[in-house]
Amino acid sequence: MSNSAAAVSPLTAAGCGSEGLTPEPEVLRQRGQREVFCGLTGIIWLHRKIQDAFFLVVGSRTCAHLIQSAAGVMIFAEPRFATAIIDERDLAGLADANEELDRVVDQLLARRSDIRLLFLVGSCPSEVIKLDLAKAAQRLSQRHAPGVRVLNYSGSGIETTFTQGEDACLASLVPTLPAADTAEASLLVVGALADVVEDQFSRLFDDLGVGPVGFLPPGKAKMLPPVGPTTRFLLAQPFLADTARALEERGATHLPAPFPLGAEGTSAWLRAAADAWGVEAERFDAVTAPPRQRAGRAIARYRDTLAGRNVFFFPDSQLEIPIARFLARELEMTPLEVGTPYLHRQHLAAELALLPETARLSEGQDVERQLARCRAARPDITVCGLGLANPLEAEGLTTKWSIELLFTPVQGYEQAGDLAELFARPLRRQAALAV
Amino acid sequence: MQLTLWTYEGPPHIGAMRIATAMDGLHYVLHAPQGDTYADLLFTMIERRDRRPPVTYTTFQARDLGGDTAALFKSAVRDAYERFKPQALLVGASCTAELIQDDPGGLAKALDLPVPVIPVELPAYQRKENWGAAETFYRLVRAMAGPSMPAPGTTRSAQADGARPNGARPSCNILGPTALGFRHRDDVREITQLLGRLGIAVNVVAPLGATPADLARLGEADFNVVLYPEIADTAARWLERSFKQPRVTTVPIGVGATKDFIAEVQALGFAVAPEAGFDSDLRLPWYSRSIDSTYLTGKRVFIFGDATHAVAAARVASEELGFQVVGLGTYSREFARDLRAAAACYGVEPLITDDYLDVEARIAELQPELVLGTQMERHIAKRLGIGCAVISAPVHVQDFPARYAPQMGIEGANVLFDTWVHPLMMGLEEHLIGMFREDPEFGADARPSHLGHGSSPAETRSAGVPIEISPTVTDSGVRSGDEIRWAEEAEKELGKVPFFVRGKVRRNTERFARDGGLALITLETLYDAKAHFGR
Repeated sequence: MSNSAAAVSPLTAAGCGSEGLTPEPEVLRQRGQREVFCGLTGIIWLHRKIQDAFFLVVGSRTCAHLIQSAAGVMIFAEPRFATAIIDERDLAGLADANEELDRVVDQLLARRSDIRLLFLVGSCPSEVIKLDLAKAAQRLSQRHAPGVRVLNYSGSGIETTFTQGEDACLASLVPTLPAADTAEASLLVVGALADVVEDQFSRLFDDLGVGPVGFLPPGKAKMLPPVGPTTRFLLAQPFLADTARALEERGATHLPAPFPLGAEGTSAWLRAAADAWGVEAERFDAVTAPPRQRAGRAIARYRDTLAGRNVFFFPDSQLEIPIARFLARELEMTPLEVGTPYLHRQHLAAELALLPETARLSEGQDVERQLARCRAARPDITVCGLGLANPLEAEGLTTKWSIELLFTPVQGYEQAGDLAELFARPLRRQAALAV
Repeated sequence: MQLTLWTYEGPPHIGAMRIATAMDGLHYVLHAPQGDTYADLLFTMIERRDRRPPVTYTTFQARDLGGDTAALFKSAVRDAYERFKPQALLVGASCTAELIQDDPGGLAKALDLPVPVIPVELPAYQRKENWGAAETFYRLVRAMAGPSMPAPGTTRSAQADGARPNGARPSCNILGPTALGFRHRDDVREITQLLGRLGIAVNVVAPLGATPADLARLGEADFNVVLYPEIADTAARWLERSFKQPRVTTVPIGVGATKDFIAEVQALGFAVAPEAGFDSDLRLPWYSRSIDSTYLTGKRVFIFGDATHAVAAARVASEELGFQVVGLGTYSREFARDLRAAAACYGVEPLITDDYLDVEARIAELQPELVLGTQMERHIAKRLGIGCAVISAPVHVQDFPARYAPQMGIEGANVLFDTWVHPLMMGLEEHLIGMFREDPEFGADARPSHLGHGSSPAETRSAGVPIEISPTVTDSGVRSGDEIRWAEEAEKELGKVPFFVRGKVRRNTERFARDGGLALITLETLYDAKAHFGR
């Protein structure tokens, strides 16, 4: 147990790129139980982000139960999501599933006249019974045009893991974006961000002379940003592979960069856009130095608590690698294992280059064996999902639930200190409690 | 297909998980796609369990569907057995795996493991959580206790005498408490104590805290206490048939029901009379009779929950607190008949539904002064500005208190008094607000002062709008009212009525107007109605 790396070495896939300048990092890949959410979970933040959109999951009672349970607390405002629960009549062919879906959508739209954009969200059961939601979305779009546009994507567990649901949702929006018909270059920031973070980034890009800037997803369905060959896009989140591909198909150009987590990540992310716009180094420094220094001061408050501590990531949000990089480089922490559900090498290339070599990368999961490694390593902080956190705390390990990293504004300079604080708080709490 | 915002019950495999998680030495292998592992957090977060539920999920993905999901399931069963070495295994499928028809039971049997393997088939597109729990518990009890079933024709007394060592007390099993149950932990302690005072030992509590081996000795008890019929009724009926064990089915929630429970146990002939003063800690009757409680008289209460808790709450509310039950409902269709019978007693229309919107509409229409419900009704009540106490699952983390807070038995009755009275305006305060309703700080829209700002419905108050709970103004599919209009003067006067009776006054006045064929409610109508209905 003490040498956990040796115990799992037969399964280690060493992938040394033959032509690459830097060797590919070793990645531990195991298959077993994956203790992760499915892509439906993304609805919890997406339904708040796009204010006139509604998410209708076409699935089972399990799907409905998942969404109402996944946030850990029920959202007691009138939600902009619901589930069309498939029942036995639909399966037995006693009812035509498409007619049933049309009826449910009519019922929903009658009840919520404020809906402008309706997502039909596919689930495991709808995929297995091969209910064609793309066709349904087309049909329903015609039926409810022009007031309501109907799109579809899959958030099913057999297709998507947790944040991939946001990727699938945004990718479904891309074909509906208006064409950018100007020769002027524009910037598109892709990935759901807190409103306050968007505003901060907008001001920074303004000051840098970068723009015009659009955001995907937009706050309102009618404010869809245009896209075309003159569009350059920055990914604000590391889990947007399909969305990036769809944008490239529309002619847009990806600006590769680390992700805007921590002062260093934010600077590098902004610089990628600044370089594309030919912003002078002096101007870049003049604009970014004050918030960068402020972020440095905010982070410094937590360095005493965090420096020298080690951290172990269970795979969850796909934010693990950028956050491990931030904790290692700006807070002097030691990542022991950095688990991720999927490793998108291209989008994470800049991040991987910054990650300490001593960190073990793992992709996918066999939760039982990963727990054994975690127990053997006894990290100072374990980042994990809600199903594992209390049991690990009960074993004496300090944990940070990863879902909070999606529900809290953490990107950008002004939130870098908040991100550090999320990791310092469990340790400070441990220290404070005498029971 | 059914449009669903919130669900009262999860799918049936969640019920199976509640059984497995309650027990020791049992492991559940669930054929399910990735994502279904969310269910772990129900137990680790909502109930704050310090261990993962004993559940292994196959977490198949799309790429597995083209291949061999059956092989995946078999290796998951084998690995789970090797890793956890349970006394018995439960195997089954969640909704998606049900569609791919891999036959978990057959696959697991083929592995020839050295422990009992119990398949549970839970039709996910037909049934729900409580049914799943009941079915799973029944299957487990049958599988484990079945081998010691007496030969047909054996009489119960012969068995009991033979099974009970000299001097041992008569015993019962307590059936039904599960993981994630509303106050199950504390109810078991309370009822175990109560049975102890009747000279009855507890043979096995199940499923909570039991092992499969414990289930095998269920037949040793003299009778069964069915504490939660939604979970244990099926199993208890089978035990009654197979082991001739009588069932005690009174659910001891409230003073009267606890007395009836004692009487039912005594009628079986095993119990001794409890010593005098055994119920000296029972405070509900005196608290309810003390004059401070006069203001509780006729408070209009709406009750919704699982059938057991809803029916029990109606009796306590009516007979023990002096409330008026104005609405009664349940999401447990399996027990709809019991609820209908209870509703008939109180002269109210039963509401049998698992559609949260129906419940919301009914509450908005009835405008009660107190709602007793689940976490859904807490939400509805908050929106409508009505006090609420939680009486039934589904509940949330705050309903798993650190302190001892049973719902059943003697202490349970005390807890009910406290928690149901707490959301209401206190008596003297009610009078003062009635007299000085124009006082800006202590006026008609003031909330109970002991509840602080948290009790005020934020949206309605900050906007300075009177709290409207008329069906016509809710935005949630509530059926719209009739054609009766309020004259401005009357509407203004209504605004002076304290918030906690305003709904009732509005409703009564509209009913009075409707009955009298009036289209416009004037100041006169308002006071005519007041005279007609009394306070």
